[in-house]
Amino acid sequence: MDTLTRKRPRHSPMARLSRMQQDGKLTTILFFLPPALVLFTIFVIWPIINAAHLSFFKWSGYGEVTNFVGMQNYQRLVGHSVFHQSMWNSLKLVLASILIQIPLALAMALLIYRKTTVNTAFRLIFFAPYILAEIATGLIWSFIFDGDYGVSGQIATALGIEPIYILADRQYAFMAIITVIVWKYFGYHMMIFIAALQAVPSDLIEAADIDGAGPWQKVFYVKLPLIAHAIKLSAFFAIIGALQVFDIIIPLTNGGPSNSTHSIVSYLYTYGLAQLNVGYGSAVGVVLFILCLVSAFGYRRLALTKGDVL
Amino acid sequence: MRSLLLGAATALGMIFAGSAWAETVRILTIETNTPGARDYYTNAIKAFEAANPDVKIQFDYMDDTSFKSKLPTLLQSSSRPDAFFTWTGGVFHEQAEAGVLKDISAQMDENARAQYAPAGITAHTYKGKLYGVPLYAAGVALFYNKALLAKANVDPKSIKTWDDFLGAVKKVKAAGITPVVLGGKDKWPIAFYYGYLATRFAGTAGIAAADRGENGGFGNPDFVKAGGAFKQLVDLEPFQPGFMDTTQNKAAGLFGDAKGAFYLMGNFFIGVQAKNSTSGKGLGDDLDFIPFPAVAGGKGDANDTFGGVNGWLITKDAAPSTVKFLRFLTSKENQLEGGKLGIWLPIAKDAQANIQDPRLRGIGELLAKAPHHQLYLDQALGASVGAALNDAAAEIATGDITPEEAAQKVEEAREMR
Repeated sequence: MDTLTRKRPRHSPMARLSRMQQDGKLTTILFFLPPALVLFTIFVIWPIINAAHLSFFKWSGYGEVTNFVGMQNYQRLVGHSVFHQSMWNSLKLVLASILIQIPLALAMALLIYRKTTVNTAFRLIFFAPYILAEIATGLIWSFIFDGDYGVSGQIATALGIEPIYILADRQYAFMAIITVIVWKYFGYHMMIFIAALQAVPSDLIEAADIDGAGPWQKVFYVKLPLIAHAIKLSAFFAIIGALQVFDIIIPLTNGGPSNSTHSIVSYLYTYGLAQLNVGYGSAVGVVLFILCLVSAFGYRRLALTKGDVL
Repeated sequence: MRSLLLGAATALGMIFAGSAWAETVRILTIETNTPGARDYYTNAIKAFEAANPDVKIQFDYMDDTSFKSKLPTLLQSSSRPDAFFTWTGGVFHEQAEAGVLKDISAQMDENARAQYAPAGITAHTYKGKLYGVPLYAAGVALFYNKALLAKANVDPKSIKTWDDFLGAVKKVKAAGITPVVLGGKDKWPIAFYYGYLATRFAGTAGIAAADRGENGGFGNPDFVKAGGAFKQLVDLEPFQPGFMDTTQNKAAGLFGDAKGAFYLMGNFFIGVQAKNSTSGKGLGDDLDFIPFPAVAGGKGDANDTFGGVNGWLITKDAAPSTVKFLRFLTSKENQLEGGKLGIWLPIAKDAQANIQDPRLRGIGELLAKAPHHQLYLDQALGASVGAALNDAAAEIATGDITPEEAAQKVEEAREMR
């Protein structure tokens, strides 16, 4: 850090350039920057610009892009009740991630962060869902929720009650999706917290012990403050991840029943791609991009102070 | 090292020489879930290649969701296939409009066209130009489980009108049997009710007029009536529990396991209900069908059918032998064979003789004597209006919207199109 923050004497741009040439930095830049820059431009910058451009057109994906409609796609978006529902659903996911997932992960991490054999086993078990592919997770859970042939159906039969079809129920289907998402991703956040907790210097804990701190006091006054950076980082991933949820919803409910369980991305896929409204889909994409950007930068400004690394 | 180089050069030479001798026709189709279908195509390809040694046919299969979403990009790229599977209808019209298809009117003269049912040729024609070769037709019928209806003391053959059907549903329900099995999660099976009722109330001409935006488009009273009739059925709560979380495939299996009395589906259902049932055999001889009931005061003919017309579209710059192969694939002999295997309903004229399954033959006869054949609405109306219609039907089924709102939603989507 020292070498970076030390004040350097100011040079004119030309002088800096010739210095860079002398120590070989210029050559490095000229050789190594263009490939990365070109790839980044082609696969990131250009599609963003292209989508923004397409969002002002009505285009089915076939033929030339000629039908300019101005803000019509955005107007439709603002007036579409399913889009409102999917925005609300995405917000619910963000809230669930922060208010349920992170606290759960934190509690688990505090319980099992010490290196013992039993803890390792638990860590594996909790982390396992994260390794599963999203589509596989969705399919497994849709089988679990299946009231005819699935696990919940068998439980209902064993208990002698009417089977419950939670994914067919407008009121509860999205809660089922939230459950699956929390189940799948809390292990990931737990791992981040475990790594951070293991890095908490043991002398500080010992000092707290000597001062007579109880277990809760140690958690709230020593451990949590020391892993605050990890919690902030986790929350950041959780927010961005929640905004982008897609591949769990498709196999579970496919956005149904009655389009009540779409996230923004599954809404984009269904109404933009599957129905061949590429222009409209692009408009949704632009809105999503702006949302991600605003939450990323907003979060950085609000939650992260100078020392935090992100 | 030297021999390796030589070998590599020979291999390379063979690749280039190979492409210079033979012409490759690449055809993209959807993954079929009918047993025996793949073998059928493979055998036809082998026979064609044996007769035309300088042509190689390459068949690529893709599941239908990715097929639909990949096609726009693929067709506009230089790696487009020479021909591809189509459901015809609105999406085909968009493809023709975009100029990615090849007009084969000149290659298919009167004689060649006369081999197919006229509806098959019409479905592949857009603005007077022929772009494809028909492969098969599909008809939707009201399937039922003989044993369950006998138990409920319902005579299926007496069901002639929608009211008769509603009466039968009540009787079946009173007997403690699920009256109707429905794959609601996929939405389109629900839309079959709405679409068939619209065909009865508005008629094929009325649907075409609505598609053009005439007489109030899909907000027209006939479509409200169709939704209303469907609502009458929904109000009887005839579907199996959890039908909105049941895919078409699972629902077909439930019906094959005798979990319900009626099922509105296309002829391919005969195979699917068997394949997806627990025993793998389905209902066997207990499966039969009746034509979709008539409605009082409908503008459509009571003998009109609802279903699909499927075939192959030829892309621009397609290999010269593409049409030749597709005509061979859909020749009377091959169509007879397809009918015999029960893969689908042949669309070539006089190719129905070998159909073994009595139900498949029966549906074929319905199609043959129908004055009009309405294409599945989600295909006929194009992707976005079709999806709006499926959504509207699904929301009537869940009781979330009224028939008036449903008609309005479809009309809004049409205006946006």
